[in-house]
Amino acid sequence: MSFTLLSGSGFWNPLLWLALLVFFALIGYIIYSRGNPSYKPNTDQVMPFLSGNVEPSKEKVQVKAGDIYWGFVEALKGYYKVLTAIHTGDMRDYILWYLGVGSIILFLLVGGA
Amino acid sequence: MNVLTNFPFIVVALLLAIGFYTIGFKKNLIKIVIGIEIIEGAVNLFLVALGYVKGAYVPIYTLAPKEAAEVNKMVLPTPQALTLTSIVIGVAVTALMLAFAVNIYRHYGTLDVRNIRRLRG
Amino acid sequence: MIEHLPALVIAIPLFGAFITPLFRKRYNLAALWAILISGLTLVLVLLLEYQVLTKGMMIYVFGADKPTLVLPSGYRVPIRIMFQVDGIGAFMAISAGLMSFVGAVYSYSHLQKETGLEKYYTLLLLLTAGILGMVLTGDLFNLFVFLEIASIAGSALVGFRNYRGEASEAGIKYLIVSSVASLMVLFAVGILYGQYGHLNLAYLSKQITFNPLDMIALGLLFTSFAMKCGSVPMHYWVPDAYTEVPSGINPPLLVSTYASLYALFRVSFTLFGKITIDMATVGWIMSILGVLTMFIGVTMALVQKDVKRLMSYHAISQTGYMLLGVGVGLTVFHDKQALIEFGRTAMAGGVFHIINHIIYKSLLLLTAGALFYVTGTRNLNEMGGLARKMPITTISFMVGAAAISGIPPFNGFASKFLIYEAVYKLNPLLAIFAMVTSILTLASFVKVFASAFLGPPLEKYEKVREVPKPMIVAMVILAALCVLFGLFPDFVLDKIVYPAVDALINFIQYQSWGGLA
Repeated sequence: MSFTLLSGSGFWNPLLWLALLVFFALIGYIIYSRGNPSYKPNTDQVMPFLSGNVEPSKEKVQVKAGDIYWGFVEALKGYYKVLTAIHTGDMRDYILWYLGVGSIILFLLVGGA
Repeated sequence: MNVLTNFPFIVVALLLAIGFYTIGFKKNLIKIVIGIEIIEGAVNLFLVALGYVKGAYVPIYTLAPKEAAEVNKMVLPTPQALTLTSIVIGVAVTALMLAFAVNIYRHYGTLDVRNIRRLRG
Repeated sequence: MIEHLPALVIAIPLFGAFITPLFRKRYNLAALWAILISGLTLVLVLLLEYQVLTKGMMIYVFGADKPTLVLPSGYRVPIRIMFQVDGIGAFMAISAGLMSFVGAVYSYSHLQKETGLEKYYTLLLLLTAGILGMVLTGDLFNLFVFLEIASIAGSALVGFRNYRGEASEAGIKYLIVSSVASLMVLFAVGILYGQYGHLNLAYLSKQITFNPLDMIALGLLFTSFAMKCGSVPMHYWVPDAYTEVPSGINPPLLVSTYASLYALFRVSFTLFGKITIDMATVGWIMSILGVLTMFIGVTMALVQKDVKRLMSYHAISQTGYMLLGVGVGLTVFHDKQALIEFGRTAMAGGVFHIINHIIYKSLLLLTAGALFYVTGTRNLNEMGGLARKMPITTISFMVGAAAISGIPPFNGFASKFLIYEAVYKLNPLLAIFAMVTSILTLASFVKVFASAFLGPPLEKYEKVREVPKPMIVAMVILAALCVLFGLFPDFVLDKIVYPAVDALINFIQYQSWGGLA
């Protein structure tokens, strides 16, 4: 049983990849082990610094799914406006799109493009 | 003459157009189901019309007359079999669609497809 | 016994389906029965694949022992219904058998609170029979019948939770789309029958000529199957149906979508092989649909808040990879050298991606079902901090998410790697689109992971525990397959993928009924 996968212009070997993963994990561990020795878990040191304010409850500090990638969606607002306008959820549109695409494909095939 | 032989196919084209128009532009869910039924009818008519051979024998003989063995003297039973199967399937589809329509009416209180779109985006 | 395998593969789930209603109100028994039957089907399907690999194409004729045996007068045309199982058919059959088994195991505890389960399992087995019939048959009309069986069973399952209006809405949308598509398939079959007087795929593909009627039939079949496999811009039914269906049905429903994709490939490569071999247009249409599907699917997924809806948009986007990979192969179908150089690899990537995608997307949808099971919601905004409560689900989700984003060493990487490298040689722009899609996929799964599993533990989910054992078993099977297929891609490619690709390319061999005619 061989592990190597050939694609014609390159190859892929999971074993080699795993070996590299172990190697880089080792490097990571070395960097980690030389970290700041004054860090102590389970003390006040690990609390977030909020200028003396009380830490809000967990539910409040959770980042909601809708807020992740807010900037991305904001930047592509125009694109998403078009996309949501297309996704009407109206079942008649499903069939109309089918007719549209079908006639384009038929035109390309029969019209001999 | 040509129009007469092609008459079933003209009807098929008309029915297809009416069916797709009904599905695409009517607002009532039941009418959309009817539209699908019209397309179903068009396709069935198409199949039956394909199987028609003028002046040939029907394929229900055990001992067919001699001249039935000649080319184009016997109608092939396949299109009829296809149509029957397709009708049976069509009934199942219609029943299921109408059952869904009833359930949708129960939950949404309407059959207007412009309002039956809680799933979108 | 062995020579009756193709018929048995259909007969056993059908038999199981019609026995299941007898287990009225004994839901556990019905579930065990469905697991037993789908397990048996899986074993038979594996045997079938073994047969096809060792002995070549299998022909099973209903009512005769040879496809050419017809009339005493020597009129040599196929008039019987026959099953013609070649590499790609057996490949799809494995996916179907595996996924209906996993779905049945998962449903055992996922649906404990629901009623009417004997009907649920009946429909599950019917759906399996429909898919298997679609991928094994060698007869166009039979293809239509099995397509309809799969659509009816599938849409009934989509609307299974009839106490939810949304489920019925999704059900009727799926049913309308499928019935229009299958009626147009029947219309195209009628066109072909009217011209050539036959329904047999292999025989028809020999007769096909370059006339407008055949082109219309090709266009109708192509568009209908493209809609049924959820290619953009006819994909709207996919998120609706996948979201509302009970999670245990997601795996078989996914396979039924890809059975339509298989039919699309079968139509373009085998049935119209004589046309597509001279016409690169069909291949280009398929590739462009693939790129559109990939890109629009993934960008829509990024903004979803419903976890299953997000994953369904990814299912659309991944379908694009398959269309692209196989479409590139179809584009260079006429060019022997390009086909050997990169066309075959691209197709292998596309076909390999089908089974990989079925495995990891089922895994992801099952984990989404597990989230729904414990939290009672599918809204990502309301989830959070579930990683510590459900460790096995979390790990399965991570494996699935890594696989779908193409992170090595999981299975998604192997097939995407082949697609990128081969597609690049046809047109670099296509490969760039494929890579951007992959990055966006990773981004949106990071979103799911961060919002559902990470974050501070929420008070409302304090009592949440890991999901029951059968659900875990189903997820672990799929996660293990993800890793195995990723570690031994070469083995899988050699054993099942390349035979499937070669079965598509060598349509001459299909026409000869494996040398029997």
